[in-house]
Amino acid sequence: MKKNILGIFILLVAIFVITAMINPKFLNAYNMQNLIKWSSLYAVMSLGVAFVIITGGIDLSIGSVVGLVAVVLSICLKLEGMDPWSAIGITLALSLLIGFLHGVLITKAKVQPFVVTLCGLLVYRSMGRWLTDNQSIGPIPLEGDAGYANLEQIQGLDFVFSGKIAIGSFNLPTPAIFLFVLCIAAAIFLRRTIWGRYLFALGNNEEGTRYSGIDTDRMKILAYVLCSFFAGIAGILFAFELDSVQPAQTGEFYELYAIAAAVLGGCSLRGGEGTVLGVVIAAAVIRLIYNSINMVGISTHLEFGILGLVILLGVIGDEFLKKTVARKQAAQKA
Amino acid sequence: MGAVSSPYLEVKELRKSFPGVLALKGVSLSLAEGEVLALIGENGAGKSTLMKILAGVQPADEGDFQVKGEAVSFRSVNDAMDKGIALIHQELNLCGNLDLASNVFLGREPTRGGLIDEPTMRREARKYLDLVGLDLPVETIAGSLPIGKQQLVEIAKALSSNARVLIMDEPTSSLSQKETETLFGVVKDLREKGISVIYISHRLGEVIELADRVTVFRDGENAGDLAGDEINHNNMVKLMVGRDLSEFYDRKVHESGSIVLNVDQVCTPAFPASSLSLEVKSGEIVGIAGLVGAGRTELLQTIFGVTPALAGTIEICGELLALDNPRTAIKAGIALAPEDRKQHGLVLPMSVRENTSLPSLKRDANRGWLNDAAEAKVTNTAVKSMKIKTPTNEQIARFLSGGNQQKIVLGKWLAMKPKLLMLDEPTRGIDIGAKREIYKLMEKLAGEGMAILFVSSEMEEILGMADRAYVMHEGTIAGELDRDQLSEESIMHLATGNLVAA
Repeated sequence: MKKNILGIFILLVAIFVITAMINPKFLNAYNMQNLIKWSSLYAVMSLGVAFVIITGGIDLSIGSVVGLVAVVLSICLKLEGMDPWSAIGITLALSLLIGFLHGVLITKAKVQPFVVTLCGLLVYRSMGRWLTDNQSIGPIPLEGDAGYANLEQIQGLDFVFSGKIAIGSFNLPTPAIFLFVLCIAAAIFLRRTIWGRYLFALGNNEEGTRYSGIDTDRMKILAYVLCSFFAGIAGILFAFELDSVQPAQTGEFYELYAIAAAVLGGCSLRGGEGTVLGVVIAAAVIRLIYNSINMVGISTHLEFGILGLVILLGVIGDEFLKKTVARKQAAQKA
Repeated sequence: MGAVSSPYLEVKELRKSFPGVLALKGVSLSLAEGEVLALIGENGAGKSTLMKILAGVQPADEGDFQVKGEAVSFRSVNDAMDKGIALIHQELNLCGNLDLASNVFLGREPTRGGLIDEPTMRREARKYLDLVGLDLPVETIAGSLPIGKQQLVEIAKALSSNARVLIMDEPTSSLSQKETETLFGVVKDLREKGISVIYISHRLGEVIELADRVTVFRDGENAGDLAGDEINHNNMVKLMVGRDLSEFYDRKVHESGSIVLNVDQVCTPAFPASSLSLEVKSGEIVGIAGLVGAGRTELLQTIFGVTPALAGTIEICGELLALDNPRTAIKAGIALAPEDRKQHGLVLPMSVRENTSLPSLKRDANRGWLNDAAEAKVTNTAVKSMKIKTPTNEQIARFLSGGNQQKIVLGKWLAMKPKLLMLDEPTRGIDIGAKREIYKLMEKLAGEGMAILFVSSEMEEILGMADRAYVMHEGTIAGELDRDQLSEESIMHLATGNLVAA
């Protein structure tokens, strides 16, 4: 397995340095906190989809899962007045169920991942809109809401999921801590457990892995469950971060950012490749590009165009780098 | 023949190196018009590299290369085609969704006013298909043909581009006996018409039948040439490996023990209408002979649980098993070294270590945590006992030779200590040195009491290795032959559907 993250890391540093040189405000604490926060939120989703991409699959429903989870959480907390921890439990269970459903449809009913999750994208989005009658809603109850009795607890959760922890004069956004923990867990899972090894193996050669006595169906289901679970966690983080969830918009296109980050971070859509660190750095690069466009004063209408080009060039550069490294390694053996 | 005076194609002192490997250390070869030249040598001897240079797939570093006395250097396959040299690939390159005429003229379609001139294309295609003895309509979809016929289409395609030299790399590796005979007929026919053929094969019997001359490579150098009566098994092997063939199959007779595998009235999904029964005892090496397509691979896959049986029972050591996937089979002590090594046997982009430990990972794991020490031990044991030639355990399996890849497959199963080892074409695409090691290993495992069941299309392998053989024909077992009944004739009789009183 290639741990080829040097290229993406250089890209991160380059954009960072250039932006800082053009606009020194880029480096101020507030902007940095924001950048870390948004990078973390995106990276959580990207990590999730990386599991699926490593198996050679794809998940297009992430954005809609984020939206639905945020909506369901808000309803549970604000309108239903549910016990906050139960509400969290229910939303996470919902995301696990969604992932399990995807996995079963893909492995047992043999529907293509693209199709299953594309339908998921449509269904979960419309469920969120239907549940709220397409009205925006947030997790924090106001006076008169059923959840108002739990206000104190919910505000506690708000701090946990979207607060800031002062470290000296720097305020570290809590999503960064979530990301850190999830990162370590994901890295350990992928590199130190047999299931991680199985995911890589089946991503490279599913039949060969099955012939080695591995339950490839179960492993694929696991990958989709993990993906939706990470999207679920991201959904909770976003709900508290945004305060107001728009059922029609929250999470829209997020799956594409997540997939872009995974690919830019070294996952091959053919499967069998990918590193946690690469994906996280790539997610940060994507957020950084947004931030830089603002900071440098480029028209925001160009956001998508620049993003698209950077991802394209990044992936091409990565392929180039891999080939060079492979050639050097081969030459060394001489 | 005039080959010496005016060769059609001649290379001298050709060199080619890849990063880290000197593949050709100055090889020479000449080919006369209308000559069938066999190029043989162990894997890694440089045969394929030279062929790729001749066909313009890659350039040589230095050396002389002449076609009809004129120095050439090809920069692309098209350059080579212009000089009448065409490579028939080991993996066929037809578009399975197009018809024969379209395939023959793919990329060179006759046009009229910018549109494909269908009638001309069909007429011309007909001509070339006849040349290779294919009497199928030109509208036949290529993908619907068996592999042997596809190969003939491939040859027709080369001929249609005015090829004068055909390079065939292991053309018979996936052909049945009959298809092979047809191909040989075509090759002999083309020779009469003045077309030259360079023929690469591991199958020495075919070389004896077909070749006018044999050039042998060893380690990127010429090891010698043979012509006429000199072309025989011993001479070829001697040149290829620099040693004798005598101890190739030194089978000892084993005391067979209790029944390990008992297959009773099993129907495989490939041949639902026929059922078959067989048994293998411990310490026994049992062969399954038959033509390609007789259902041998499907039988092994059913025993291994890949394609569960439709009816009948399979017992391992007297225990009835519901084999519906490889996991249950492996748990019961069955291992399969599959025919398609790259697709089913290995995870090519992964390392020797990761491949070797794949089946035993779970057994050795501690609540799901990888056990590095156990993994290293499994790998080291396999590398040592199988004599896997790899720079390190971290080498990617894709970069090893076919022989070493097969050794990884065997190594990973031996770590599971199976009761029954099934091998499907165990030495296909493997050089002679590795072949012998694999035979020795089968011998040793049988001696230790393992039951071994192997499928082989190579007659010599069945005759040399099997204590007993089943011969399959169209999904059924046509007969069972004991060691003293085994002969080329008895096997062919059964394999072609002539039931003889055994």
